[in-house]
Amino acid sequence: MTEFQGRKIYKGKAEGDALVTTVDISFYGGVDPETGEVVEKDHPLEGKSVAGRILVMPSGKGSTVGSYVLYALKKAEKAPAAIINKETDPVIAVGSIISEIPTVDGIEIEKIKTGQRVEVDADRGIVSIHES
Amino acid sequence: MGLKLTAEEKEMLEGKHGKAIRKAMEIITTLGEIYGAERLIPVTSVQIAGVSYHNLGEAGLEYLSEMAEDGQARVLTTLNPAGMDMLEWKKHGISADFAENQQRVVDAFARMGVVTTCTCTPYLIGNLPHYGEHIAWAESSAVCFSNSVIGALTNREGGPSALASSLTGKTAEYGFHLEKNRMAQVGYEIQTGLHNTDDFGLLGKVIGDRTGKKIPYITGVPQATTGQLRSFCASIATYGGVALFHMEGITPNRTRVPEITEIVTQENLDQARQELDDDAAEIDFISVGCPHASINDIAKIADMLDGKQVTEGKTVWITTAKPTKDMAIKMGYYDKIEKAGAYLVSDACCAVAPLEGRFKGLMTDSAKACYYARGKNKFDIKIRTVDECIKEALV
Repeated sequence: MTEFQGRKIYKGKAEGDALVTTVDISFYGGVDPETGEVVEKDHPLEGKSVAGRILVMPSGKGSTVGSYVLYALKKAEKAPAAIINKETDPVIAVGSIISEIPTVDGIEIEKIKTGQRVEVDADRGIVSIHES
Repeated sequence: MGLKLTAEEKEMLEGKHGKAIRKAMEIITTLGEIYGAERLIPVTSVQIAGVSYHNLGEAGLEYLSEMAEDGQARVLTTLNPAGMDMLEWKKHGISADFAENQQRVVDAFARMGVVTTCTCTPYLIGNLPHYGEHIAWAESSAVCFSNSVIGALTNREGGPSALASSLTGKTAEYGFHLEKNRMAQVGYEIQTGLHNTDDFGLLGKVIGDRTGKKIPYITGVPQATTGQLRSFCASIATYGGVALFHMEGITPNRTRVPEITEIVTQENLDQARQELDDDAAEIDFISVGCPHASINDIAKIADMLDGKQVTEGKTVWITTAKPTKDMAIKMGYYDKIEKAGAYLVSDACCAVAPLEGRFKGLMTDSAKACYYARGKNKFDIKIRTVDECIKEALV
């Protein structure tokens, strides 16, 4: 098991399978608020769903309305279980807070691979990866 | 170092002042920690974005309703445009379903004591901070206007963070609230004349595309009207995410003058116009008033339309704030515009109204409107002067 120490953005604990991208995500216009599917054209995750996953990406981008899309996903039970960033931007931070999604940043995300089992303890800013 | 809170702020964060205040303080303190703020500071004015039901959806409305259960605005707070004219929506082709939902959004804000004028130009209708005041505004064009033209200090807030500042009267002290982050970083010398709002919009696109995160120091613009600056702010914020610029002889902020200066020529403006224009655009929609038109703009348009008739098959929206529309009614401008078959639409604009699929081609004087018309509504576009826009409506 590998552990990374980052910074708490929003509290909580979660465990799930990682969904990793090296490209920032714009939730407004880029993710379907009802299904959790990434719909941004040519995004590496296009067609994949963020629902229930440990979503790992460098940061957020795009309109501040994106915060409300995270909230919509939470209400539809299609939100990521947790979010891990290199550096969280205000759209993701505010979205995580209003939707109560455990979120950590300051993590070397290139060391996490899609499909790995990941535990997030946002209260302590710790991300643990079960090797597989 | 680190964010230090007063005893009262800690209580707010712990939930002793209610649920909405706790959530608001979580947002403000988290942003403060991310950006290295050392304390919170009071704000005196708030502008909230995320008002159109078209953008918010049911979930956004649910969030606002939760906050309205025990949240109350502590400082003067106004709203961004809604997705429709709150009174005359029906004749503008808005559905009854949408109208009902839009009204629920505005009602939720009203329960929180927010002044529900829906406009992107709060400074024209009574939410006017002065130089040096700390405020928390969303709406990128108004943020840029406030920081640059008025000299009131604000970061680029989003809907929830602006609401958080309204309910607490506070923001975290970072970014544009600190003098050291407001200095110009790159010069732009304008070597061509700027005549109308569309020219200023094109200049905003040229500099916005180039400047990245660097604060511009603009020279060579001898004069600019408030309306031209509104157009410039909207454009430079849309294309460059710019929240602050300096314009020599026009904006009031003190700054160092950057050592590096880039040149902007007429060729650059022409190039920007070419990039925006779709040559084959079939214009069936004309919209002026992005940002919202002033009473002076409306007076001029009323004169142009007086006694004329908009061509069949073309729709004209002049968008403005409700108090400005009321003045236009009093002055007889509204009648001249509407008798010509154009609409004076308040509370809304062509960027946030549910218009996708309704029109083929938009002509506007606003570079910002071009961006959203193409990106969100898939219209073809042409950017022209206000005079040319109105002439197009009458062809």
